[in-house]
Amino acid sequence: MSAPAIWIFLPFGLALILLPLRNERLTASLASGVTLLLALAAWLLPIDTAMSVGSLSIKIASSFDILGRRLVLTSADRLLLALIYAATFFWFTASAAIKMAHRLVPFGLGITALLVASLAVEPFLYAALLIEMAVLLAVPPLSPTDRSPGRGLFRFLIFQTLAMPFILFSGWLLAGIEANPGDLTLVRQAAILLGLGFTFLLAIVPFNTWIPLLTEESPPYSAGFILWMFPTIALLFGLDFLDRYTWLRTAPQLPNLLTIAGSLMLLTGGTLAAFQRHLGRLLGFAVIAEIGFSLLTISLGGTTGLNLFFLLFVPRLFSLGTWAFSLSILKEQAPSLRFSEVKGLGRTRPFAAYGAFLAHMSLAGLPLLADFPIRQALWEGLARQTPNIAWFVLIGSLGLFTGAIRSLAVLSMAPEGTRWEVRESWPQRIFLALGTLALLILGLFPQWTTLLLARLPSVFEHLGH
Amino acid sequence: MLETLNWIAAFLTLGTSIGLLLSRDWRWSLAILATQYLGVFWLVHSHWPISMAAVKLVTGWMVCAALATTLRGSIEQPASETAWPEGRLFRSLAGGLIALTTFALAQWTASWLSISLAVAWGSLLLMGMGLLHLGVTIQPLRVILGLLTLLAGFEIMYASVESSTLVAALLAVINLCLALAGAYLLSAHTMEDSK
Repeated sequence: MSAPAIWIFLPFGLALILLPLRNERLTASLASGVTLLLALAAWLLPIDTAMSVGSLSIKIASSFDILGRRLVLTSADRLLLALIYAATFFWFTASAAIKMAHRLVPFGLGITALLVASLAVEPFLYAALLIEMAVLLAVPPLSPTDRSPGRGLFRFLIFQTLAMPFILFSGWLLAGIEANPGDLTLVRQAAILLGLGFTFLLAIVPFNTWIPLLTEESPPYSAGFILWMFPTIALLFGLDFLDRYTWLRTAPQLPNLLTIAGSLMLLTGGTLAAFQRHLGRLLGFAVIAEIGFSLLTISLGGTTGLNLFFLLFVPRLFSLGTWAFSLSILKEQAPSLRFSEVKGLGRTRPFAAYGAFLAHMSLAGLPLLADFPIRQALWEGLARQTPNIAWFVLIGSLGLFTGAIRSLAVLSMAPEGTRWEVRESWPQRIFLALGTLALLILGLFPQWTTLLLARLPSVFEHLGH
Repeated sequence: MLETLNWIAAFLTLGTSIGLLLSRDWRWSLAILATQYLGVFWLVHSHWPISMAAVKLVTGWMVCAALATTLRGSIEQPASETAWPEGRLFRSLAGGLIALTTFALAQWTASWLSISLAVAWGSLLLMGMGLLHLGVTIQPLRVILGLLTLLAGFEIMYASVESSTLVAALLAVINLCLALAGAYLLSAHTMEDSK
């Protein structure tokens, strides 16, 4: 038995089995059970070390050969695997409560397996091909149910597809640089191609227009899952590049480039969020700002930056999950999530309105909520290195904060005398209560995630030490 | 002789890519796309053994078959697309501009990658035409055709630097998945309505 068979082929096989199932609860239960088991297995089982079970001796091999290349998952990857599958468990468990299990779970599981394969494949450049396959699998869950697919989905498909050729070609050039490190022309060409590839992959300005369009047109829960999963894996893929190539890691321009890209993302995401009139688009702009935050953490450099980068994972998961779940409930009651059409919905769906508001505030960095402690540490780091950029972060956060206040005003705005009612189903109430509770607990006790994720930077051999 | 055949393949891709840009009927578009894969096959064959290059041809034809099966019996799409000029003259001129620009770029690319000029031009031409296609349309079929053309161009160039079986297999799967995604986008709305 090998680790890639357990954490890649098994979930992919299950995704194929789940595809024809019509029962929402069964689909969600099976997928949640398996993803939870996979997360626990990654947490507990050693790789490449013999384990004795009675008279049996079992060893999980780290590599799997396929068509002359290898998929490799080592012990160092276990924590990352546990995190990815635990996050998938979180998304899948709640999906049945909003009738999204059949649409999201089979494709989501396939996407997760392919993205894990992208982290495991050697040579690691082939990850671009696996990410592209995952992008294509994301089309059905992102396709709107009530109308033809819009521009957001097509732009997502086009921009993510454009990333692949650039990354593959830059990989070929990087191999040439390894053989001939003094060739500056080659270094420049590789850097340009790599930069373009990641600009498309991470939806960096100006190639991020698809994100708000997608969150406006697509089912919010599917969009939330995709927008949590893809940027996370793309950022890890980017860090893998930095970890492997010394010239790239030590390039003096790199921190500046990351800082500029990150602050632009944050500034555009935050300021534009303040002027939106659509709850879905607000989610999209918050995601853009989140990618900016991640780039800024990496720009800090060293283990501090890397630790902050990983610490963002869990709060972002709960914030995006709770927000997307709440928007799905609100969307069931309105033709769209435009402000004019959701006005006063908070009076009849208070749990969903409160969940959306709290998750939004958490992503804006409100004190006592999950994202605040990491935002504060990032501010401190940036203020020490580049004080002007800390102002950009403040402006971006203020924009997100304004968007949250406006959406709260719209959701609670109803004719005088309108009574407060609770029309969410019990499972919806429970999931929303758990989500918001997690946001509060992580804000009050941030050290809990620090304990869990302390070893994650060691996934990267050079960056993490 | 081989170089002459490469040029014939490159001109075939020029004809097919302009044909794809101009055609409005999906049957013609798919027939042209299938012919385009003949040119792609030959240009890839100049760097890969025939057995591996044939994968591109077979995959391309499977893609066409998948799209044709979905579109058979479907209602004709309205011709109107975007705010861009839709006339054939505009598209022909834009296609001609791409052909000339890519020819100029191909000379530098050919010497950079040490490949023949015909292969470099065929590859860049398809990538350019694919991008042009993506820039002037938002119709699902047109977007998929644009992406397939773009990928075909990239595959020709990448074949000159990479000959891994895994890459060939993954690119074939990506092409097939793209066709399936296209089929889904073309029919999903109808399927949801019929439930």
